[in-house]
Amino acid sequence: MAELLTVHDAVARYVADDQVVYLAGFTHLIPFAFGHEIIRQRRRHLTLCRATPDLVYDQMIAAGVADRLVFSYAGNPGLGLLQVFRQAVQRGELEIEEYTHFELVARLSAGAAGLPFWPLRSLENDLTARRPRPRVRSPFGDEEVAVVPALRPDVTLVHAHCADEDGNVYAWGLLGEVKEAALAAHRILVSVEEIRPAASLRRERDHLLIPGFRVQSISVAPFGAHPSYVQGVYDRDTAFYTEWDRISRDPEATRKWLARFVDAVPDREAYLRLLPPDRLAALKEAAQVDN
Amino acid sequence: MTTSRRGEMAIVGARLLRDGERVLVGVGLPNLAANVAKRLHAPHLVLVYESGVIDAHPPRLPLSIGDPDLVRTSLCVLPIGDLFSQYLQTGWIDVGFLGGAQIDRRGNLNSTVIGPYDHPKVRLSGSGGAADIASFARRTIMLIPQDLQRFPAAVDFITSPGHPKRGRRTQGPASVVTDLGLFDFDEEGEMRLTSVYPGVSIKDVQQRTGWPLRIAQEISEIPPPTPAELDVLRELGGGQEAAY
Repeated sequence: MAELLTVHDAVARYVADDQVVYLAGFTHLIPFAFGHEIIRQRRRHLTLCRATPDLVYDQMIAAGVADRLVFSYAGNPGLGLLQVFRQAVQRGELEIEEYTHFELVARLSAGAAGLPFWPLRSLENDLTARRPRPRVRSPFGDEEVAVVPALRPDVTLVHAHCADEDGNVYAWGLLGEVKEAALAAHRILVSVEEIRPAASLRRERDHLLIPGFRVQSISVAPFGAHPSYVQGVYDRDTAFYTEWDRISRDPEATRKWLARFVDAVPDREAYLRLLPPDRLAALKEAAQVDN
Repeated sequence: MTTSRRGEMAIVGARLLRDGERVLVGVGLPNLAANVAKRLHAPHLVLVYESGVIDAHPPRLPLSIGDPDLVRTSLCVLPIGDLFSQYLQTGWIDVGFLGGAQIDRRGNLNSTVIGPYDHPKVRLSGSGGAADIASFARRTIMLIPQDLQRFPAAVDFITSPGHPKRGRRTQGPASVVTDLGLFDFDEEGEMRLTSVYPGVSIKDVQQRTGWPLRIAQEISEIPPPTPAELDVLRELGGGQEAAY
């Protein structure tokens, strides 16, 4: 049964140096509260995995938590490149293992299903030229298909709309590869906008993302996905995504941002107090159209 | 490139989409072009985004492929594993609509690195779903501004595969839209110039192409934007968003 822990305690207990870690969420539901906590607790030598590293990994790379990155699209969505990632790779400071979206999700599907590999038909390219993708012959015919190996993170961190007291996790909207990334992991840590009574969630069974028996811990973190979003709760803070493009081009500005918004605050509540209240209110207001 | 050039590319790209088609839309110019098409001649165009969004009706130009606006105006949002395996891989996407940093004569697209992979001069975003889309879409249309760096004889890195070194696959690259003209691929899988913008000569195009360009027997002139196309472009923000 999932334990109820603070974000701090969940990371302190279950995220360790040298682990393979997956922060899930595809544009939507990105667990920034967990990402910032990992930076604050100065984890080192992590292998960070994510289809779309997004700002959260740009910030974690800048903070020095990662040695390796496993990914498929390292851009600032809609704005261009991830500047910290780009500079780290160009300077040879970050080891990378790169896939297409389909390949990376296929690796997670294998991990989640407890299988050694997953088949797919995507054509070869210069990624497969560098890291050959084996082919297997179907035992049911002559056909050959390419396969990718299972990915099994030590820990996957997820942000979701809500959970009940038993740790059953509910989310809806754009779910990307969240379910596969979670179920592929040995441990799943979840942060949620709120805890709601189990009785009120029974009818939401189509939105159940992960049953509580599979979840290690639940942490309450309102606005835990900011500047990413939670459909129907608050919209994406695109102004911050634009701002990060500017900040992250300058290592000194990046260092100052991390010092002020991550290292100098004890938790998510303190981070939120640094943001203009009307900015958060506007993001909430914009999301109300879904309700 | 000026806004109007980007805008013109989006309009020419939009014209290549047919009403009712299912198009998997990439970020940047393809996103602008697909949204132009949907507001004009292709109201039943099914906009699919690699975030899993199926049949979006965005009220304004979405900044990213995972925008809350796309989700809330969609028919549904699939887990991306389902989209790639059960819809894209099985041939249900008609058009892959892609941008990139470089393209070569075989329609190979590079969105990974400029320079060598291990010591890149510029590290770009990487494939995302582009390589998968280029693998499976019934035809691929690419929008890319043209100069010698972007149109080399061979791309620095093949992210999204085009036609093989010899021959042509039945799917794969069908059209390329640049700020100079419009290209198709001949029966040998080789890129071929078919039309140019008013005031652009074949020589202009050759000068900004990194290999001896094949030219169609008859080169037509691309019709200038209509008032309706320009109105929609303005409504969508004039194509001032980032390139990729």
